[in-house]
Amino acid sequence: MNLRIRRDENGNPKKSPFSVQMDLSKFNSAMFEKATDEEKSQQDVMSESTTFFKDGMRKLFKNPLAVGSIIVLSLILLIIIFAPLFVPYRYEEILSVNGVRDKGAKNLAPFTYSKLEQQYIEAGGTRFPHIFGTDEQCRDYFIRVIYGTRVSLVVGFFASIIVLIIGMLYGSISGYLGGKVDLVMMRIVDIIYSLPDMLIIILLSVVLQTILQFTPGSFLDSLGTNMISLFIVFGLLYWVGMARLIRGQILSIKQNEYILAAKSIGAPTGRIITRHILPNCLSVIIISTALQIPSAIFTESYLSFVGLGVQAPMPSLGSLANSARGGLQSNSYKLLFPALMICLIVLSFNLLGDGLRDAFDPKLRK
Amino acid sequence: MTSTPLIEVKNLKQYFPIKTGLFKTEYLKAVDDVSFSIDEGETLGLVGESGCGKTTVGRTLLRLYEPTAGEVLFHGVPVTKNNIHGMRQKMQMVFQDPYSSLDPRMTVEDIIGEPLDVHHLYSNKSERREKILTLMEYVGLNAEHATRYAHEFSGGQRQRIGIARALAVNPKFIVCDEPVSALDVSIQAQVINMFEELQEKLGVAYLFIAHDLLVVHHISKRIAVMYLGKIVETGTADDVNYTPIHPYTESLMSAVPIPDPDYTRSRHRIVLQGDVPSPLRMPSGCPFRTRCRYACAQCAKEMPPLTDRGNGHMVACWVK
Repeated sequence: MNLRIRRDENGNPKKSPFSVQMDLSKFNSAMFEKATDEEKSQQDVMSESTTFFKDGMRKLFKNPLAVGSIIVLSLILLIIIFAPLFVPYRYEEILSVNGVRDKGAKNLAPFTYSKLEQQYIEAGGTRFPHIFGTDEQCRDYFIRVIYGTRVSLVVGFFASIIVLIIGMLYGSISGYLGGKVDLVMMRIVDIIYSLPDMLIIILLSVVLQTILQFTPGSFLDSLGTNMISLFIVFGLLYWVGMARLIRGQILSIKQNEYILAAKSIGAPTGRIITRHILPNCLSVIIISTALQIPSAIFTESYLSFVGLGVQAPMPSLGSLANSARGGLQSNSYKLLFPALMICLIVLSFNLLGDGLRDAFDPKLRK
Repeated sequence: MTSTPLIEVKNLKQYFPIKTGLFKTEYLKAVDDVSFSIDEGETLGLVGESGCGKTTVGRTLLRLYEPTAGEVLFHGVPVTKNNIHGMRQKMQMVFQDPYSSLDPRMTVEDIIGEPLDVHHLYSNKSERREKILTLMEYVGLNAEHATRYAHEFSGGQRQRIGIARALAVNPKFIVCDEPVSALDVSIQAQVINMFEELQEKLGVAYLFIAHDLLVVHHISKRIAVMYLGKIVETGTADDVNYTPIHPYTESLMSAVPIPDPDYTRSRHRIVLQGDVPSPLRMPSGCPFRTRCRYACAQCAKEMPPLTDRGNGHMVACWVK
């Protein structure tokens, strides 16, 4: 390239009269001194390396609603884990005093005792209070609500995990492979989406009742076929929303050049999905799983309410609310406890999910 | 003795199917019958305007796209679907956009270490770390940057990370897909100098794709000019730059900005008329004829072949 630079008589480049450039000919090296190492190190600004996760957590803990719901949820968790250790009653136990069945302990109000128990206390015995009273079958209501919450949370948690695993596998395969595979897989999703879930749950639980045989006394047996069919239905039907969501995420992440870079390195497909694509849609996965839990709890509760939930005597929040319906006029507080519990759990999870979304997915924020 | 070139591309074609109707599929001829070769330790510059297929050539070379026709020979061995995994240790790529070519969830150490992981190039953790630190030193990054994430770096530093990743497998050949066009000018110079230093030190060959003609002239030994998926002129960097023959190259070179107002005022700028035709509806014969000042009847009939005009300066034009 030929550059023609105008020069003055000394051979130095000529300056435009309007130039604001410093005239370097006025300076020489003696006028400058070298920066010491100390001065150089002052220029190094090394802040703490912040990861995506840390940054998200910091934002989450600034959100008062999210912090509130975390506190409420951890309190509920603590209570359902530790309360059965302190309360001497079992959820299916019919109250008795000194081996004699306490027939008077029916529908007691909170913190009251039956006549038999009062006699026992007056005789010098100690009796653990019935915090929520008792039900019409003389069982301690507090411990039943605790176990009901346990069941509901377990159902909500595992149902969400089933949904997450199936939806994630299906969605990531469909989104990554794309093309005709994606087309066929998404039409299957559309078909499943159009099935009436309630009907399937009822039909399945009827069918499963005759097919499934559990060893008596096992955990599966105490859950009952209704609950198993509920899980199966979650596994069969509810993953489609998650699958669609993850497919959409992957379609957009796939366009990034770092995926192409991984391919050019020679990374196998499995590695690209697990190392590059999934970590980048992790925030969406966490958020939608957190929002999936309350909806699963809610489904379980209203299935139990209509009599399709857990097998008696195992309580769940929905079946407790259902049985409280009978004595609604005389003992209305019995509906209050399980209903309040459902409200608290569902509300907290929803608020937590919203908080997570705000913290981890700035794009979704209004 | 004439040794086999490092990379030899023979009649490479890359057509992308485009659905234009319900049952109709047309083909977008992104790369149409391109041939060139690159010797060991040499740099071939590939220039052309946006959308002329430069990037596609680079990606097809590395089999990121399955070519429609033609073959790529590496040391005389054809690169196929079956041996590409091993070939990826010898051929690598540096990407255009330093912002989207690094995974935002990975640390620098993991980004640079990924090729090592994929090809099992280390026996233990400390050897992996050692290799990564050496690579980082090559591209001028500090060791304390290793645990940081890509978003904490500037564009130039990110591009260095991308280059270190490409160097990790110790390749013989790197496709540089517009590696400096996303950087600002002062950083461009640094990165380009680094490319040259690395070439001297490691003896890698580059296919340097860019649309900045000054940059390409600076770094390349030879230059190939592309227009609408075809190579229209190729030769040594000086030949193509100072004595362009093809009318397209002529107009391209006249558009190079030169920081001298007197010279710029005096020189003749060849402005092309019209737009680039759609690659879906390519003109018959020479693709450039619709905008060419010299176009004649023969240009519409047949695509001119690349003919030698002396000193390996190949031009595809009937008229000139």
